[in-house]
Amino acid sequence: MLNKNRDHDAGLSRRSLLGKSLALGGAAALGTGTAAVAAEPGNPQNLPPNVPEWSKTLGDGVAVRAYGKPSKHEANVIRRDVEWLTASRESSVSFTPLHELDGIITPNGLCFERHHSGIAELDPNDYRLMIHGLVDKPLMFTLQDLERFPRTNRIYFAECAANSGMEWRGAQMNACQFTHGMIHNVMYTGVPLRVLLEEAGVKTNAKWLLLEGADSAAMTRSLPLQKALDDCLIAFRMNGERLRPENGYPVRICVPGWEANMWVKWLRRIEVGDQPWHHREETSKYTDLLENGKARRFTYVMDAKSVITNPSPQAPLRHKKGFTVISGIAWSGRGKIARVDVSLDGGRNWRTARLDGPVLDKSMARFYAEFDWNGQELFLQSRAIDETGYVQPTKDELRKVRGVNSVYHNNGIQTWRVSPEGEVENVEIA
Amino acid sequence: MSRSREIAVLSGMLLAVAVIGGAGFAMAQSSKLPAKPPGKDAAAKTAPAQTAAAPAAAAAPAKMPFGIGREAKPEEIAGWDIDVRPDGQGLPPGKGTARKGEDLFVTQCAACHGEFGESTGRWPVLAGGAGTLASHDPVKTIGSYWPYASTVIDYVRRAMPFGNAQSLEGDDLYSIVAYLLYLNDVITDQDQEISDKSFPTVKLSNEANFFDDDREVSEKAFWKKEPCMTNCAAGAPKVLGRARAIDVTPEDGKGPRVE
Repeated sequence: MLNKNRDHDAGLSRRSLLGKSLALGGAAALGTGTAAVAAEPGNPQNLPPNVPEWSKTLGDGVAVRAYGKPSKHEANVIRRDVEWLTASRESSVSFTPLHELDGIITPNGLCFERHHSGIAELDPNDYRLMIHGLVDKPLMFTLQDLERFPRTNRIYFAECAANSGMEWRGAQMNACQFTHGMIHNVMYTGVPLRVLLEEAGVKTNAKWLLLEGADSAAMTRSLPLQKALDDCLIAFRMNGERLRPENGYPVRICVPGWEANMWVKWLRRIEVGDQPWHHREETSKYTDLLENGKARRFTYVMDAKSVITNPSPQAPLRHKKGFTVISGIAWSGRGKIARVDVSLDGGRNWRTARLDGPVLDKSMARFYAEFDWNGQELFLQSRAIDETGYVQPTKDELRKVRGVNSVYHNNGIQTWRVSPEGEVENVEIA
Repeated sequence: MSRSREIAVLSGMLLAVAVIGGAGFAMAQSSKLPAKPPGKDAAAKTAPAQTAAAPAAAAAPAKMPFGIGREAKPEEIAGWDIDVRPDGQGLPPGKGTARKGEDLFVTQCAACHGEFGESTGRWPVLAGGAGTLASHDPVKTIGSYWPYASTVIDYVRRAMPFGNAQSLEGDDLYSIVAYLLYLNDVITDQDQEISDKSFPTVKLSNEANFFDDDREVSEKAFWKKEPCMTNCAAGAPKVLGRARAIDVTPEDGKGPRVE
């Protein structure tokens, strides 16, 4: 069980108590009302009528925690990785704990990582961005230079093209963090790429850009000029503060709505050209093999997708029957989320969920669907619809078109089976 | 006037409008620049927009471009510009043969990729896999899958060996690439020399099997007017597969330690 070590300190919590009663009394006892009452969490010494320590003593003063961290009781809320997935930790991925988050903003320290040669540690004084190729004047910028341009703030999701890629052949990862956690949603501050290209003066025969990172993978992608002039952002801040090293400090590019491989981190060079480069990350990788042996290339856009984050395998239902909140996220690379539907019975019947909070272009949106759970087995699904009318397909619908070898762009509908005991598991259903 | 110039002029005019409004206002206005919707190059060509902005531009000549940054020197560009295209643009000088490349490959690459590109452990397989792309277990290698030989020389030059990137150049680079092409039967003669002159003529067999993203056509059915809401399938859901049965999910407590 994924949550078994959640409450590693600080007394007994509701979950660990429940776990114990489960072990001692068996699952059947939990079904009764008395078991539910006995499961109220907490250490009696800290509960009324007793007065807990923190009500009597001084805590840490200001600036003791000069850069604040989450409560020690949240030590379980961390990125995780799957060791068997890749040959090395330096060219690998860690996953955002989506089941522990709410709203639409991903905390910087929890944003999933994907590196190809580890985290490059750049000195901001040594940072340079070069723009050259089919331009009137090749240019070199320092970080300070970039910050003198008119700035903009935008909230975008960045989703790895391989998010949910382990699920093409069936249910494999029993955790929302691992099925859907290669995504984060952050407010970026930066300069529109268009402004920098204007500064260099793009020649009329220019059609493509090459983006290159400063890490030892020197990650490159070809970017159509049209997208560059539209909404790409040369970003130097995320959620207000400087980019984290693992997210490209000091500068990365945002390519809104498009697969995150193109969001080149530690961006050092932009070359303007008249044709794509067909580099490794757009030929060997990030091309989508179909059943007939042919492969799609330049599959940039991340299609509409959603997932119920709570309940999910790492976040089971512990309250038994009664009023229950379903919480989840939806996003689309083609624009705004228009609607999310939720099903409790594996797609037989749907109800429209409630979008809450900002619903922005190419950003995560948060949805909720409240219902009265009668304690029966559930097959939870969510279905996103974006403003272009695209409806998130089932996995079977995707497989019919693509087969199971695409690796990337799996945006199929996720099913969670909720048992009468409230346990949740990743399943495929007919 | 180039397209970029047109864009620049429009932006300059917007900036000029902002400057008239005063310093504080100027920031707010200019920060709105990026909020312009897609297709602004088309918008720049429309007369009304130019007319509207023209008086302001006349009153306060725009200082465009911003004049931020400096010119990149040719030697600086040469130091960082390492990309190679299928048409041969960017190829560094050099020449090599598979015979010369074998020793280099064995000492620098084989620990991960195997002596014949078959790989060790989970490291990438570089050779073989011919005819597997439409099978249940496709083996995607340089020979079976990659469309362009230029990608090999570009990638080896920029990112390999893993952990010692940008250490290969000149004849060593060409020799290792020649050996990779030899392992994949693209070159059949160990002594055939490839060089920056001949390289653009090297063709890989799978090039024609790539096509541009066609989802908006081939997956048009996903743009549904009104998806089913009630009684969309008959009977109760039947579980076909469960992740729990596969049991490969990392568990809590096995993740990285947080101090």
